[in-house]
Amino acid sequence: MIRVAITGIGVISAIGKTTPEFWDSLSQGRSGIRPIETADTSTLRFKNGAEVPNYQATDYFDEKQAQVYDRFSEFAVIAAREALRDSALELTQAMKSGGAVVTGACVGGQTSEDKEFEGLYRHNRNRCHPLTIPRIMANAGASHISMEMGFQGPGFTLSTACSSAAHAMGLAFWLVRSGTAPVAITGGSEAPFSLGLLKAWEAMRVVSPTTCRPFCKDRNGMILGEGGAMMVLEPLEAAQARGARIYAELCGFGMSSDASHITHPSTEGPSQAMLRALNDGGIDASLVGYINAHGTGTDVNDPTEAAAIREVFGAHTDQIAVSSTKSMHGHGLGVAAAMEAAATVLGMHHKLLPPTANFTEQDPAIQLDVIANEARAAEVEYALSNSFAFGGLNATLAFRSV
Amino acid sequence: MAKHLRKPVEEVPLDATFEQLGMDSLDGVNLLFEIEDEFDISIDDQEAKAIKSIPEMVNGVEVLLKRKAEAPEAAPPTA
Repeated sequence: MIRVAITGIGVISAIGKTTPEFWDSLSQGRSGIRPIETADTSTLRFKNGAEVPNYQATDYFDEKQAQVYDRFSEFAVIAAREALRDSALELTQAMKSGGAVVTGACVGGQTSEDKEFEGLYRHNRNRCHPLTIPRIMANAGASHISMEMGFQGPGFTLSTACSSAAHAMGLAFWLVRSGTAPVAITGGSEAPFSLGLLKAWEAMRVVSPTTCRPFCKDRNGMILGEGGAMMVLEPLEAAQARGARIYAELCGFGMSSDASHITHPSTEGPSQAMLRALNDGGIDASLVGYINAHGTGTDVNDPTEAAAIREVFGAHTDQIAVSSTKSMHGHGLGVAAAMEAAATVLGMHHKLLPPTANFTEQDPAIQLDVIANEARAAEVEYALSNSFAFGGLNATLAFRSV
Repeated sequence: MAKHLRKPVEEVPLDATFEQLGMDSLDGVNLLFEIEDEFDISIDDQEAKAIKSIPEMVNGVEVLLKRKAEAPEAAPPTA
């Protein structure tokens, strides 16, 4: 099996429009949760979100491109461009011909969909803009990346709600590990701030009216986020041979399904995903030093995840530092796992583990070593990034320091 | 047309074919969308496919406007 290196990272998020800005915020414990600006919140019970600040598509795309893109595809392409640039990989014809693009997206082109359907239902218009379909299709991000980069190998989009990008990155990892693809661009993107979708989230009663405080006694829900995060994966040997900067090795991937409830998580499903990621990478559980938790900050997720971690690691749990960076970049649904993978890998690379921001007092029902508010200097050999979706579809990625 | 194609107006001769203007299929559907909006008409998909140049387009719009004027009640609703 081919070992797989992460050599490029691209991020556009509420806490930074580039990877260095994203890392700067993470390492400072700076949250990007602010009043929502791109949607009218006057009829909503919650007002805060983690939006990309002062975003203008025309800063990145010409008029003709911008016409075909939804906001979520723009984020996908912006992150992919940065990741590829960051990798300093010179694409050969063979890489382009076999290169994979695998993205995660949960709600697809909501911004365009909401706008067009509002025209039909509220303003009695008789038709939609002719580019509505190519804008809203969930695979648009992957398609535009493959078009721009000239990647002609496997290209697809996975949609597993909050785990979307983890499933995408896991499968891209397997494509490179098996030799099916010589290189992969993988991650996720999302732009969920449209009124219709926000009203739907409001009705679920899981969104915080204030901010996201994972693992805290006074946590009161999740905060929605948006953006794009992509990575370049290539064979470790090839990366070493060309003298590339290697952030970390992507070394294990595990998936599971709760097979129980559409929204209420089990502990068995998440623990199976973690165990399978460890088995997939041949990883000794006692060498895991950090877990970037799913950590949504909802009543149900956090204690369930804590119990699942203890089920897998037993007494070693006390030696594992845990944080939820959703407290800073928000819960980006289809992009969440990619942002968290980026946070994990950057933390390993910089030997500084990102914290859980907005932290007050730990919930006594949660027995984890939570990194609170301030980043923690630490060298870890292995780290995990967890993603557990509505619908009980779980995915865990495992990384090794290089 | 010039605005639609993001070209200077002198580069869009009145007798040009769409091929000469370098229009692709997306430019085509966008143009149909804007013409329908501008003239409050509805353009049939099959009829639109036969139109390959600016003169044919202008002629087509005139035909539809005439049809609308003669039978306003038959015009489909647009907004």
